[in-house]
Amino acid sequence: MSVGDYIRGSQIWKSIFRHPAPVDRRNRVVVMLTNFFLHLHPVSVKQQGIALSYTWCMGGITFFLFLVETITGVLLMFYYRPTLEFAFNDILALRDVTTLGIMREVHRWSAHAMVITVWLHMYRVFLTGSYKPPREFNWVIGVLLLVLTLLLSFTGYLLPWDQLAIWAITVGSNMARATPFLGYEGPGAQLLNIGGYDLITNGSDARFLLLGSRFVGEATLNRFYILHCVAIPLVVSLLIAIHFWRVRKDGGISQPL
Amino acid sequence: MTHLTHNPDLTSSVIYGLGWVYLLMFLMNAYWVRRSYALDGNCRLSLGGILGKGEQIPVAAFWAVYAGMLLMVAVTHLTGWKNPQQFSLQMPEFLKEPINRASNPVAFFIGSTTIYVLMIVLRKWWTTPTAGWILLNLSILFLALSVTDYDFRQIVGKPDNVPIVAMLYIVGFFTWLYFKKSVDNDERTAAGRPLFEQENNEKVLTWPDLVYSELICMVLLTAVLIAWGIVLQAPLEEPASAAKTPNPSKAPWYFLGLQEMLVYFDPWMAGVVLPSVILVGLMAVPYIDFNKAGNGYYTFNERKFAVSTFLFGFLPLWVAMIVLGTFLRGPNWNFFSPYEFWDVHKLELLNNINLSELFWIKGLGRPLPVVPPGATFAQQAPIILLREWLGLVGVAFYLVVLPNIMAATVFKKYYVKMGFLRYMVLANLMLMMMSLPIKMVLRWAVNLKYIVAIPEWFFNI
Repeated sequence: MSVGDYIRGSQIWKSIFRHPAPVDRRNRVVVMLTNFFLHLHPVSVKQQGIALSYTWCMGGITFFLFLVETITGVLLMFYYRPTLEFAFNDILALRDVTTLGIMREVHRWSAHAMVITVWLHMYRVFLTGSYKPPREFNWVIGVLLLVLTLLLSFTGYLLPWDQLAIWAITVGSNMARATPFLGYEGPGAQLLNIGGYDLITNGSDARFLLLGSRFVGEATLNRFYILHCVAIPLVVSLLIAIHFWRVRKDGGISQPL
Repeated sequence: MTHLTHNPDLTSSVIYGLGWVYLLMFLMNAYWVRRSYALDGNCRLSLGGILGKGEQIPVAAFWAVYAGMLLMVAVTHLTGWKNPQQFSLQMPEFLKEPINRASNPVAFFIGSTTIYVLMIVLRKWWTTPTAGWILLNLSILFLALSVTDYDFRQIVGKPDNVPIVAMLYIVGFFTWLYFKKSVDNDERTAAGRPLFEQENNEKVLTWPDLVYSELICMVLLTAVLIAWGIVLQAPLEEPASAAKTPNPSKAPWYFLGLQEMLVYFDPWMAGVVLPSVILVGLMAVPYIDFNKAGNGYYTFNERKFAVSTFLFGFLPLWVAMIVLGTFLRGPNWNFFSPYEFWDVHKLELLNNINLSELFWIKGLGRPLPVVPPGATFAQQAPIILLREWLGLVGVAFYLVVLPNIMAATVFKKYYVKMGFLRYMVLANLMLMMMSLPIKMVLRWAVNLKYIVAIPEWFFNI
């Protein structure tokens, strides 16, 4: 009896994998049903639904990049402190001295790649008409995931706290000043006043809500850090779960039921 | 005597790097020679009668000549990189000059829209493998030659801009693939044959057919990401300083299409209303597209309107605007040609004029109605409405009356099929999308700044 057979025959192995290796038809079916991760997939799929030239694999790649971002992001959080005193220097240290500081590169390039792959996934879904009934609502969830991907990227852009970061966020968030009614330089904001006192000022408008301050400062760094590392990823995870579940319930990635 | 310059077009590392690019291109085209020899057959070469009736030669011979030239160019680079001063293979001035002179936002937008139209009209022609290969080669040659220009290199070589160059190739490739598969399917439908997606569409087991390709994909991607991380360092500029505003200040690259819209719209439109309309419009797509055809296969002919609209929004209005905002907008958001130095002191005359000024001053020869300082809202309103009546009527016409006119004319079929509410959503989304090109054209044609200009209420359209 070989070592491999001994391990596969042990009680521990059998408690984890409840059936023999997926080398015959029966066990290839069973493995999809008994493995938590694999059961995201159906047991069998239409050939066109997995043809690379048809799917472009962009949805799957996006999900994989999300996982890469999570793993590298957690590693970066071990080193990075989101305060004015440390933020920039921690990134500098990641570049110059920290072992495996390349995680920052992988994190940043994966983020750029993820924005692109989300677009391409959407492009493919549109061009194959895969949003048509019965998949209308999953397309809507997909659009929400697109927005959240851009917001994840945007909030992460600030964290290195260099010139590139704060001015990109300043330019981007200046738009919020002009939000109709809710921005202090937006149309309609001056209508919102009580007895001549403006409700919407530069200390209470949509931009202030976003930045936690009148300008991009320490409060913004803290706010963006928490949005980037906790709040948005939580929502994204939930929506991804719904997105995948709906793909299954709506009868696969494409084609009418 | 060596000529010393601080901004050299050619450096040793540029020449050396390009040597490898050309070598790669040679290998790509060596493969293509083989493919062409097997598939493309012969053509008759007579050189305008010099060779008489002409000889039958394989098409692959032309590719072989081209590949051979690439190899020579590669060797020249890889052996001559130590003397950049004596190296002469670079983007010639006689090409840079006209490109620089012809470049401006008008030409850029008209160019990208023309490419979009040609892409659809010539879809049978440009989706053949040979045409795709020629386009790929031309684009790489253009990029490789352009890299020999110092100013071009400064912008395109920024670490954060590299993904955008990659994105252009990827988006281009998938657009090509879409049209190729659509042309194929549309021909099948016309001939009464089954669609490509309907052939070989048996069910297969997920293990191994899907999970193995997923595993391979993950391994390859991990390798690509690590290699990318090693080759290209993530950008880190000086520590943040609220006192030193960089010029230009740019948003992250994926928002530069929106920042470019600031040229034509106020922030409340470009930064809030139009992005919201884009997102709402995207979410509304499945509910306003009543066409049941084209679900689960590639086709153009069966979904001409939907696909053309989406492609117009994605390619000329989103991707091309990002390219414009990233590569061609410099200090003070002025336009800079691809081979132009980003001069902070470049001046551009701004003599833009509002519609109300056109109407009152130029049209009637009378001064603008003036709002007295310190006036209350109730006192302001009638004067402002009088001043801006033409623009307000125009906007109301555009968003309220025009959809109804279209319902009775060009969109009659849609209106009947969709019903009032869905049609109105579609019509308004279309009009909002077209408002950007319309404002662009108005700006270029008559220097129009705002159609409705009410700075008192931060309400400019």
